[in-house]
Amino acid sequence: MIELSQLSPCLPLLPEIVLATGAMLMLMFGAAGGERSGPAVNGWSIAVMVLAGYALIAWVPAGRLALFEGSFVVDDFSRFLKLLTLTGSAGALALSLDYLKLARQQKFEYGALFLLSTLGMLMLISASDLIALYLGLELMSLSLYVVAAFDRDNVRSTEAGLKYFVLGALSSGMLLYGASLIYGFTGTVNFAGIARATANGAGIGLIFGLVFLFAGFCFKISAVPFHMWTPDVYEGAPTPVTAFFAAAPKVAGIAVFVRATVVAFPGITHEWQQIVVFVSIASMALGAFAAIGQRNIKRLMAYSSIGHMGFALVGLAAGTAEGVEGVLVYMTIYVAMTLGTFAVILFMRRGGTAVETIGDLAGLSRTHPTVAFLLAMLLFSLAGIPPLAGFFAKFYVFLAAIKAGLYVLAVIGVLTSVIGAYYYLAIVKLMYFDEPKPGFDAMPGLLRIVLGIAGLINILFFAYPAPILGAATAAAASLF
Amino acid sequence: MNWPILSVVTFLPLFGALLVMLLTRGDTPIARGTARWIALWATLITFAISLVMVARFDPASPEFQYVEKHPWLGVAFYHMGVDGISLPFVILTTALMPICILASWTAIQRRVKEYMIAFLILETLMVGTFAALDLVLFYLFFEGGLIPMFLIIGVWGGPRRVYASFKFFLYTLAGSVLMLLAIMAMYWDAGTTDIPTLLRHGFPLALQKWAWFAFFASFAVKMPMWPVHTWLPDAHVEAPTAGSVILAAILLKMGGYGFLRFSLPMFPVASHDYAPLIFTLSVVAIVYTSLVALMQEDVKKLIAYSSVAHMGFVTMGIFAATAQGVAGGIFQMISHGVVSGALFLCVGVVYDRMHTREIAFYGGLVNRMPLYAFVFMVFTLANVGLPGTSGFVGEFLSLLGTFKVNTSVAFIATLGVILSACYALWLYRKMIFGPLKPAVAGIRDLGWRENIIFAPLVALTILLGVAPKPVLDISAASVTQLLERYTRAVKAADVERAQAKVAAADIGARSAP
Repeated sequence: MIELSQLSPCLPLLPEIVLATGAMLMLMFGAAGGERSGPAVNGWSIAVMVLAGYALIAWVPAGRLALFEGSFVVDDFSRFLKLLTLTGSAGALALSLDYLKLARQQKFEYGALFLLSTLGMLMLISASDLIALYLGLELMSLSLYVVAAFDRDNVRSTEAGLKYFVLGALSSGMLLYGASLIYGFTGTVNFAGIARATANGAGIGLIFGLVFLFAGFCFKISAVPFHMWTPDVYEGAPTPVTAFFAAAPKVAGIAVFVRATVVAFPGITHEWQQIVVFVSIASMALGAFAAIGQRNIKRLMAYSSIGHMGFALVGLAAGTAEGVEGVLVYMTIYVAMTLGTFAVILFMRRGGTAVETIGDLAGLSRTHPTVAFLLAMLLFSLAGIPPLAGFFAKFYVFLAAIKAGLYVLAVIGVLTSVIGAYYYLAIVKLMYFDEPKPGFDAMPGLLRIVLGIAGLINILFFAYPAPILGAATAAAASLF
Repeated sequence: MNWPILSVVTFLPLFGALLVMLLTRGDTPIARGTARWIALWATLITFAISLVMVARFDPASPEFQYVEKHPWLGVAFYHMGVDGISLPFVILTTALMPICILASWTAIQRRVKEYMIAFLILETLMVGTFAALDLVLFYLFFEGGLIPMFLIIGVWGGPRRVYASFKFFLYTLAGSVLMLLAIMAMYWDAGTTDIPTLLRHGFPLALQKWAWFAFFASFAVKMPMWPVHTWLPDAHVEAPTAGSVILAAILLKMGGYGFLRFSLPMFPVASHDYAPLIFTLSVVAIVYTSLVALMQEDVKKLIAYSSVAHMGFVTMGIFAATAQGVAGGIFQMISHGVVSGALFLCVGVVYDRMHTREIAFYGGLVNRMPLYAFVFMVFTLANVGLPGTSGFVGEFLSLLGTFKVNTSVAFIATLGVILSACYALWLYRKMIFGPLKPAVAGIRDLGWRENIIFAPLVALTILLGVAPKPVLDISAASVTQLLERYTRAVKAADVERAQAKVAAADIGARSAP
């Protein structure tokens, strides 16, 4: 019999093991049970994610642990983001269940793909060398390509999946090319090793590699100028899949972006800072301006998420512990706001068919006052109006930017947030000022729960922010 | 007894809003009645408790009182307290809220529950703005007020309400975000966002200058100062009566309060250097917007422009930075809060009956509404600044204070007093005197509910005009301390600059031969 102590080296990996085993089990169960097992598998997949989260909190040892020759690191930073990713994935999966039932899409692969993709994200978050990074990234992305095209008889969904795949493959190629250049110039793939090699600055070749690496990251988090896929994929993919795209992979992408830049390239902060500042400004501006003309709410959320990634990158641009803390707080609140908003988008069904234009929300405050109130609060929060959570998200990233002396970035950032406020207000205006359209179908219970939790976090964050702030501070400190 | 009286005053209306939310169902007449009564009682009790605060306030001390401090954001604390500068504004807010609720009693028939909730939340945010002793907390309350006000204008407003609400929201937000960045820069310089500490902290000159502009951007829009005042007439015209009252009486005062609380004491040198800019803008506001007011065809727009002109006196007085000027600025804000609020209520009275605000529509109202004519007369004269009304004291003191610093500015500003008499009396003559227009022949005079609303306002206007001492006394100690620090800082900066000049001259002299 194996002693429990022999297993203890595996404990830091327990969440990943749970997810991997869970995904296999779900696949086998689905294959054995056939189509009918779809609802059960998808439901159980949420349980697997919750279990992985529990394993992360309860069984993973404390402190900084480096495994596999330092290519897989478990520290407070990765714990924080893994928990957030699991929450985002589980939330998106919870949002999916009723949708799949109504759309008659209850295939068992759905839950298994979510699990595999989440597994990739967790690996990505812990990755501390370029190879582990690529492995995690590809596992995540390949599963995402498939779920984007999940509604396979729908032209828009297959188009979304194909587009995402082609562009994603291209960006992976760029990332690999950058990684190989970095390896070529430093002689190592390990982040700590790269940091030692670049401690006294870097030549043009390595910077070249860095730019390609960043291009890959920017694609994954849909930051300008690698954002083109976002609106089409968001619009084409089934709505709960869009919710998933907007929440979980963004967290993992930002995580690896932060870890790679802060841990591997602290010696050339000045060089990468310029790139991040540009990407950040471009994303915020594009997100704010391009969203104004959108009529489809999923496209609008796509531009909104581009803008939000820009804001999160403001914290990274600072390149300090405060900045990373800001990014973590931002992503936490972003996930809550996104899941809440998508719960409402999924609720938009009239007479059994889903509707997607923002005009369909007209007069929602009359037909569904509670939903309208919560959505309005979420939208004000996305716009960054105090006392809602979104304000604090922006507050911490800009606080770090001001300390780092990035005044231009900060001023442009807050001004784009004012422009961005316009299109969020336009939705509030539709809901509150305009004459009502016929009401939507009754809201499924799971959507209510997700919307309720997200809405409450969002409204009451100011009353007791200490737990999230404390955890974010500890997580950020573990990188420096 | 040691209970957190200030937090109670701040959050009691919010509690009222929760009660309205929980206790009313649907949109039945009963639900509407319950919502109204809960809102009225919540605001009345809040007002009563705030009076207790006045009674136990020590006007001799310039320090913050009723202080509460708890850890909150890590960066910022939940820190509340009032001094002689903020207390009058807190009382103004709590006193006007029950009146606003009463004024909306029958005027609002649509979505009454949501309306009351919005007003109660707004009251919490407004009181909080004046009572916050932490910059981040202040910003939270200051900006949070945008959400309920946006909804009040947009949902219950007039025909162009969407345009007005968006303009109001985006203008104010654009001004404020820059202030937020300045707050952050101040945090990194001083290591805290605690207002009492920052009041003693000497900021380096470079930071003072650009932080002053950032705060100026926010408060100038809020105030509003010429040329960023254009959101105000739109917002006023479209807002429901009570919304206009709150906007004119309290939200505008946040700008003036901000200048007094932050710009003047925290950036004294910058304030001193940029005072000419403020004087110029104030004088332009006083003269130009008074002229614009003369041309208006809509009653509310006329009063809105007159508000901009009156706020010009406030900024002028504050940045004159003399004891009379600052005291005059504060008094003018309180007085304008009462008077302009009352004027909007007067407009509301005829609007509720005739559903138009066109000046030309009315005429000869004195024949049908003698009581209304009297009430309107009192507030018109107070708006003009007739001695014996509250308007006179504020204008006189701020002109007096400015005269000492810059005579020509005071001289031009005095023209504004004459112009305000022109448009106010012209409005009064058009609406109240002259032959009775047939369209308004059937109009009713004030009802008992309206009498209850106007009685305290009339009393207050005359009382403050005859005996302004209580209000001036409450703020005197705090104003004196503020100005002492201001003068010391400005003098120190002057000495420093003179030394720098001498040193530069020395170097020049030494290197010349």
